Amino acid sequence: MPHPSASPRMTARNSLLDLAHMSVREVNQLLHDTDSGDFLIHNSRGAHSVACGLDGDMTVTIDGHVGYYCAGMNKRASVVINGNAGTGLAENMMSGRVQVKGDASQSAGATGCGGLLVIDGNASARCGIALRGLDIVVKGSVGHMSAFMAQAGTMVVLGEAGDALGDSLYEARLFVRGSVKSLGADCVEKEMRDEHKAALRKLLDDAGAKADVSEFRRYGSARKLYHFHVENAGQY
Amino acid sequence: MCGIVGLFLKNQSLQGDLGRLTGLMMRELRDRGPDSAGFAVYGGEHNGTTKICVVSRDVPVDWAAVAKRLGEAVGAEVAVQQVEDHAILRTSGAGDTARKWLIDNVPAAYVLSQGQSIEIFKGVGDPATIVDRLDLEHRAGTHAIGHTRMATESAVTIAGSHPFSTGNDTCLVHNGSLSNHNRLREQLVRQGERFQTDNDSEVAAAYLGSRMRAGDTLQAALEHGLKDLDGFYTFVVGTRDGFAVIRDPIACKPAVIAETDDWVAMATEYRAIAPLPGAEHANMWEPAPATVYAWSRAA
Repeated sequence: MPHPSASPRMTARNSLLDLAHMSVREVNQLLHDTDSGDFLIHNSRGAHSVACGLDGDMTVTIDGHVGYYCAGMNKRASVVINGNAGTGLAENMMSGRVQVKGDASQSAGATGCGGLLVIDGNASARCGIALRGLDIVVKGSVGHMSAFMAQAGTMVVLGEAGDALGDSLYEARLFVRGSVKSLGADCVEKEMRDEHKAALRKLLDDAGAKADVSEFRRYGSARKLYHFHVENAGQY
Repeated sequence: MCGIVGLFLKNQSLQGDLGRLTGLMMRELRDRGPDSAGFAVYGGEHNGTTKICVVSRDVPVDWAAVAKRLGEAVGAEVAVQQVEDHAILRTSGAGDTARKWLIDNVPAAYVLSQGQSIEIFKGVGDPATIVDRLDLEHRAGTHAIGHTRMATESAVTIAGSHPFSTGNDTCLVHNGSLSNHNRLREQLVRQGERFQTDNDSEVAAAYLGSRMRAGDTLQAALEHGLKDLDGFYTFVVGTRDGFAVIRDPIACKPAVIAETDDWVAMATEYRAIAPLPGAEHANMWEPAPATVYAWSRAA
């Protein structure tokens, strides 16, 4: 049954949404019923699924820490979290911009298709797992198995990367400024050409990150695990 | 799933609030573990007195009669404080002897803990109801750990509820599952360990207890566990002086640690830390894989 306020969609200005008095479901429904505007969410207190499934030219600021899956499936909207985020931040994001001012837990940006995810602090394990076109800029470090099976998109890390970076990587591009503890299977360091520097420069600017592009190394797929090779049969 | 919490008070003036704050944390994680719950509270020490926590399995136990027989067995007075289906037995006699005597001679009861400081309580059902029924709110102390369980590896019974005792004044809560617990249990049984359940977490508890009795520090026992325990886990181990946290090398099972001038808290999710005073400004981080984090009053 359609929600009673499903049409026409509203525009709101500077609306305060307080999770001490509204459920997450009510807050998300209100945002789904809205086409544009600015919203401030209070009292998130680690709640799950805050600002999920947005599809509008709106700005949502969350004043506090959030739990799992914040800003999942985001389209067009800009979501800013003044705090830390739990597992699965901006998972399966389609477009728009999501920024967390603190740290993000594991699987941030998982399977993201498009848009920009900015993590001002650190991201833990499996950041950008199965990436499919989203760009991620992490101003701190990322944990182990980051960009695992990443297919398209970019992951930029200003700090360090943990074990097995880019394991079983497809065509996603990885730029890391600090040390990489180890590279995953089929992930190799690649030449940093001018077009890569230009793309990196643009992403750093978009993310508001101050860094010299010449300090980064580029990693990508060696493309040896792409197709079945009969000589590898013993390894399966 | 499962939810675990730990709270260590740095500010002594909060000790009267330990149970209330731990209860708030556990309530937030009831949906992660709706099967059963339990908690360990550290405090209320009296020189030379060992506390042994016991709970009846199915039918009510005459704790006064048990205390009288136990007193004769250990050659010392045993006082009884009944709390619902639990009892705290206090004695100046040897704790290890008392625990073994209870396991051998009172089959209607489970022995939950022994030590000068630790008290363990647990139950089956909704964690919020268990916390209320066993009056966690009014329990004072220095530190506490709690668990809400979603059973995966063994039956939903009071004995399968966490925390599990690992020896004198130590206990373990576990989020995850171990895959080599049957083989490890057989080895530990051959070394003389006693088990009360088929639960995988009890094996981890017995493993750590066995290593520490053989001379390992808690840190060393947990580091050996990285090699010997196969599976997924975030553990919190309570000790007389504090607690320690460790995650397995893959670190699938979530954990967050927060610290202020007044307390250190560990929880499966931040929302369990959010109700603590000053949580929004706490220094907060996610524990790295295969790394021991420990807090102690002694340190």
